[in-house]
Amino acid sequence: MTDPDSRARWSAPALRARLARRHAAERRFRRLGAAAIVTAMASLALLLASIVWNGHGAFRAAEIRLDIAFPEAAFDAADPRDPVAFETALARADTAALLRDALRALFPEAQSRRDVRALQALVSSGARGALRDALRADPSLLGRSASLWLPADDEVDLFLRGRIARQTPEAERRLSDLQIAWIEQLEAAQRLRRHWNTRFFTSGDSREPELAGVWGAAVGSFLTLLVALGLVFPVGVAAAIYLEEFAPRTRWTDVVEVNINNLAAVPSIVFGLLGLAVFLNTFQLPRSAPLVGGMTLALMTLPTIIITGRAAIQAVPPSIREAARGIGASPVQVVGHHVLPLAMPGILTGTIIGMARALGETAPLLMIGMVAFIVDVPSSFTDAATVLPVQIYLWADSPERAFVEKTSGAVLVLIVFLILMNATAIVLRKRFEGRT
Amino acid sequence: MSPLWTLLLVAALASASFVLARKRALAAAGGRAAALHSLPGYYGWYAALWCGLPGLAVALGWALGASQLLDSLALGALPDAGVVQSEAQRALLLNDIKNAAAGRLAPDAIDAGLAAAAAHYTALRARSLALALGLSGLLSAAGACIALRAVRPRLAARAKVERVLRLGLLLCSTLAVLVTIGIVLSLVFETLRFFQQVSPSDFLFGLHWSPQTALRADQVGSSGSFGAVPIFAGTLLITGIAMLVAVPIGLMSAVYMGFYASRPFRDVAKPMLEILAGVPTVVYGFFAALVVAPFVRDLGVTLGLTVASESALAAGLVMGVMIIPFVSSLSDDAITAVPGSLREGSFGLGATRSETIRLVVLPAALPGIVGGVLLAVSRAIGETMIVVMAAGLAANLTLNPLEAVTTVTVQIVTLLTGDQEFDSAKTLSAFALGLVLFVVTLLLNLVALHVVRRYREKYD
Repeated sequence: MTDPDSRARWSAPALRARLARRHAAERRFRRLGAAAIVTAMASLALLLASIVWNGHGAFRAAEIRLDIAFPEAAFDAADPRDPVAFETALARADTAALLRDALRALFPEAQSRRDVRALQALVSSGARGALRDALRADPSLLGRSASLWLPADDEVDLFLRGRIARQTPEAERRLSDLQIAWIEQLEAAQRLRRHWNTRFFTSGDSREPELAGVWGAAVGSFLTLLVALGLVFPVGVAAAIYLEEFAPRTRWTDVVEVNINNLAAVPSIVFGLLGLAVFLNTFQLPRSAPLVGGMTLALMTLPTIIITGRAAIQAVPPSIREAARGIGASPVQVVGHHVLPLAMPGILTGTIIGMARALGETAPLLMIGMVAFIVDVPSSFTDAATVLPVQIYLWADSPERAFVEKTSGAVLVLIVFLILMNATAIVLRKRFEGRT
Repeated sequence: MSPLWTLLLVAALASASFVLARKRALAAAGGRAAALHSLPGYYGWYAALWCGLPGLAVALGWALGASQLLDSLALGALPDAGVVQSEAQRALLLNDIKNAAAGRLAPDAIDAGLAAAAAHYTALRARSLALALGLSGLLSAAGACIALRAVRPRLAARAKVERVLRLGLLLCSTLAVLVTIGIVLSLVFETLRFFQQVSPSDFLFGLHWSPQTALRADQVGSSGSFGAVPIFAGTLLITGIAMLVAVPIGLMSAVYMGFYASRPFRDVAKPMLEILAGVPTVVYGFFAALVVAPFVRDLGVTLGLTVASESALAAGLVMGVMIIPFVSSLSDDAITAVPGSLREGSFGLGATRSETIRLVVLPAALPGIVGGVLLAVSRAIGETMIVVMAAGLAANLTLNPLEAVTTVTVQIVTLLTGDQEFDSAKTLSAFALGLVLFVVTLLLNLVALHVVRRYREKYD
């Protein structure tokens, strides 16, 4: 730089201005990138926050303490030691009357038919079953009276949590002024509490939000995944082994390969159509059954399992195969004794991730009728059942406000299962990476 | 007696023949395993396969074929079998018989004829089960005998067992192709039945879609309205909105992660994006219906706009969020595949980072990014739950994102959930829509893969 002008040129105003412009553009671009990623993360945060905000209430439920008298006459004076007679007596007993009597004893001012009905509406319809359960658990209650915590109606629960504002006009809320007054009296008498909602985790679906639970759907999901896993794991791993280790490079193998890649990108609902047309219409398998759901999900996850399985098998170093061949192992023995055990962690990781995706899948199961309203917890692979994501879909469609939080609660349960499965996969992967 | 017994019997016979064949092979070699051609276990497997495979074939055949045979036999034995009955009546009758046989009907709901039919059905079923059990046992035993007689020290048991094993592996790998064929056949078959009732050009180019009224319209003799154009337009509208959200955000996220983000930031942001990808779509749908749709509507109201409560905008926005990680990871792949030399050359010429990205890296990665975007479009078109929960049912032909539109997947779900009869054009139209969906996504995938592959070759 012998040119005396050079320094002057580097600091020429035109150049400085251009440089400043370029740097400003650089900063703008960088901020744009940061904004994009922050937007994505904010969407995730908003999603999770809204679910947690709406859903945490589902794990607690309002309960009412009532002093219930169990007169022997109401139960045909049945002997608890005779289980059959006792059950019939329980089934026949007018437990609603017992509840009504207990409520009227608390609020003697409720005389008219309408008032009594409004009073009864504070207690969930599940309270009658709870009374029977209490008697079953402790038959000595017969002939005595006892103070029991019974499930309250979902509207009471919403009110206790401030989700029903008192300012709203009476006509627009589902609790009348009278009912609110009663609730406040009950609260003052310490007869109302919000307690851990065991029912949510132990019961099946219900039309009443306060009685609905996710257990039926969770069992349905478990059975469905079990079928899917039992079908897709052996078949998928076998296909991966064949394609990686034995398949000759022919036109047919190419077809299989392209086909698997395309199958992985087919919309899941198309697999539902396949299940409907083949399993239900052609083979006449039962509708709504975990068996059919599992078969459909197995077809859907098959390409994923094959692709991850192949990747895991590919990652086994060729030296191991050559060493085994060198000491006289047959190709099948090489695979069975060496390649497969080494690839297994990778295969399992892929399988767990595939199963996690199947657990969250809804659309194909709608096609094969797993959307029915099912109260009973399924006990076999051919029982009518539903699964967690479909349960979420069904509850999200329900008009009752209390179902919004049940839905969010079910979402949280589903997310916990997904986190557990993915965490297992990550742990496996970490171990795997440490070894080779 | 349950069909499970057949399987148990076959399994027991196969294990027994395994043990016997192994012993026999060792005995034939005088107890020295080295004198055998294969390891002793292979002789066991050889016999177990000979024993188990025929038995399993019988059990499988029974599971697939017997129920239909039983049904027709049970119906054929009815006294009024000669009377012509409709398909539905027969199915109903069969259902009654089965329920009566299983004891699921109240005793007073069963008349004498039904009781007899049920008893007949029960007897038939028991007989067929016994037949399956006997046949599979017989074949298994025969197979075992053949295998046991063949066991000699010179028998190449390993080669034979491995051949069967490899054949099994081959069959498993063909299953994926069978699934594709199954999809295509079932969709095409039902679609052809649909096209017998509605002409393809009406379906593909018609402007009016109302499958619900079509049933009634059929009755008065007019053709149903199955013009799918509004549905295609709605799908494209929602997909377009989703892409407007996902492509810039996904692409810029990938760029920021690749060029600017510090390591700790990347360690946080990457798993976050993965979580976003792992959220089940039903959760996105719930989020769209619970939070986003009311928000969009309220925002529209404050701005003085009329917004449908199930606007295309809300569904499209949430679907866009769902697609972000997809676009971001595919763009990331495309960007990292650009050789570092290009980047360094640009830096060496004095370009800033953003200039390098905009003028060198992105143009070089463009085919890969385009391929990724095409895959994302195909994902968005096939996405179901978000639109089922947040988009509308009415097929409006509009480009206004504030109105409710419907999509292909929404229509498939609404047409096929609930009561269905498989002869009506209404139900069959769902399969025609499914075929369109399958073909479009398949084409998009093929094009995308082609673009990506061609681009990869350029820099390798």
